[in-house]
Amino acid sequence: MTEAPLLSVRGLAKHYQTRGATLKILQDISFDIAKGEVVGLVGESGSGKTTIGRSVLRLIEPSAGAVVFDGADLTKLSGGEMRRRRPRMQYIFQDPYASLSPRMTIGEILTEGLKIQGIGSRAERLERARKALEQVELPPDAINRYAHEFSGGQRQRIGIARALTLAPDFIVADEPVSALDVSIQAQVVNLLRDLQQRLGLTMLFISHDLAVVEYICDRVIVLYLGRIMEIATSEDLYTRPQHPYTQALMSAIPSPDPDAARTREILKGDIPSPANPPSGCVFRTRCPKVLDACAAAVPQLREVAPGHFKACIRDDV
Amino acid sequence: MTSEPILEISNLRTVFRVRGREIAAVNGIDLVIRPGETVALVGESGSGKSVTSLSVMRLLARRIGVIDNGSIRFRGKDGKTKDLVTLGEEEMRQIRGNDIGMVFQEPMTSLNPVYTIGDQISESLRVHRRLGRREGVEAAVGLLDKVGIPDARRRAGQYPHELSGGMRQRATIAMALACDPTLLIADEPTTALDVTIQAQILDLMQALQRERGMGMLFVTHNLGVVAEIANRVAVMYAGRIVETGPVAEVFKAPRHPYTMGLLKSMPRLGTASEMKRTGAKLPAIPGMVPSLADLPAGCAFAPRCAFARDACRQAMPALSPVNDHHGSRCIRWQEISA
Repeated sequence: MTEAPLLSVRGLAKHYQTRGATLKILQDISFDIAKGEVVGLVGESGSGKTTIGRSVLRLIEPSAGAVVFDGADLTKLSGGEMRRRRPRMQYIFQDPYASLSPRMTIGEILTEGLKIQGIGSRAERLERARKALEQVELPPDAINRYAHEFSGGQRQRIGIARALTLAPDFIVADEPVSALDVSIQAQVVNLLRDLQQRLGLTMLFISHDLAVVEYICDRVIVLYLGRIMEIATSEDLYTRPQHPYTQALMSAIPSPDPDAARTREILKGDIPSPANPPSGCVFRTRCPKVLDACAAAVPQLREVAPGHFKACIRDDV
Repeated sequence: MTSEPILEISNLRTVFRVRGREIAAVNGIDLVIRPGETVALVGESGSGKSVTSLSVMRLLARRIGVIDNGSIRFRGKDGKTKDLVTLGEEEMRQIRGNDIGMVFQEPMTSLNPVYTIGDQISESLRVHRRLGRREGVEAAVGLLDKVGIPDARRRAGQYPHELSGGMRQRATIAMALACDPTLLIADEPTTALDVTIQAQILDLMQALQRERGMGMLFVTHNLGVVAEIANRVAVMYAGRIVETGPVAEVFKAPRHPYTMGLLKSMPRLGTASEMKRTGAKLPAIPGMVPSLADLPAGCAFAPRCAFARDACRQAMPALSPVNDHHGSRCIRWQEISA
């Protein structure tokens, strides 16, 4: 990567103040995404995946840090300047039922962004909507129908088409296949990968499903309780996971292969509360490899192999 | 396992009456569960797996969902076998929570937010075993301890919102097991949980089942979970069982195109980099699950099936035996698995 990254996140933090407590949802998140690259964000509930996705597009305001997109720090832009950049960055949501208005036709849903941005005439906007439907392999007559007339998988295709009408170069896809049945999930995963390659999209792909992430992403970021545990290319991460949390996460995934080894490490306990995260390494309270030193300081991400980073003080895991 | 079955479902048909029409959500199902055995019902949305489990518990929405044919023979703790389909509501109430325990997907909705955990776990003991309040709570503390909840006495006095998702599911398992049921019905019990918590809960359920020799009907859409927990599996599609047999055999050598497709379309950990290098795609099943209100003639899977031919569209194939304990509802299973 000699080219400057398209997206560069530095020291991103998000804290929420509640009565008597500060919830530290994200702390010190830094990563880059090169142009045309797909980066996965994985982790369990409460790890901060969605908060990162939304902060990056400034759908929520981060508490600290910078989000540099194509040279400009988005967190410092005015509303108007931000709006001008919005067409370049789009969001695909998890729930294909909640994310499409039941009162708008698919045509209205697909052209709304263009209308707000003042792009094209009505006829041109509809033409772009039709093209987007074609890209997601839905029939052109879908344009006059309503969301309830479509299945979950088709609705998710509509959600993808909506993100495409503005011809973005960056997409945040937040659990785009998690609500779908297995047989439909594979169709949508194939479609997303296809579109990404054909259109040269840059993508931040959020998922709790490591197998899907491996298939679609070039690099993967593993999160736990608002902090990055490990970053690596997907091939590296899946063949040589270096962080004890990544290792545990992978061994927890049940395999349908009857010959797969059924011996695995079961993590004890729950994710701690973000109101009171453990000192030092946030994973130490559940880590099977914990040492006394883990409580002393927050382990910094360090490069353990070219392009492979982990936030763990141990070398022997 | 040659012992007498505790549950024997024969030719079960459950219909929903919607706007004057009758839609069969479950259409002629046979299923046997023996003590100590776990049978998984696996399928996608609308396949009828949850309706099957609700039929066994007789918890279908009154006047809308009706068991219209078949029998559900269940052997209770007293050793007597009854047909749950014809049982009166009062007798059914004696069985629920006593002979049959139930665990649902969403622990937050299956627990009552205004009662303490201890109260809810002991409710079935108070109803079925006539325990007093104090004895009930004592028993609840013991059960919470049993399902691995630390500091059980304090937790028994807490409300559901004070527990994490995993803890809540442990509490509902304690609730289901309070009266020592002979059959546990678990409907997507780990689907709402994170994988590391799912692993804990599956481990717990397996240990408890082994210890008590219960039969278990485990409903899930997750094939990995099936392989983890079940002895036998029944794959459902559009209200029917399309393949059934021992899990290891069915997953290693599936004999129905739908099972084959499901297994192949699941991305597997550690295989993607190779697929990316070769440009291979995930083998998806084309099309979508048909509407139950508008099923095609013949085999319901035929419109999505790469092996379908005219005969498939004419008559619903019978569940034909692959061997003594493995069956496939496909007329071409022999050719396609060769």
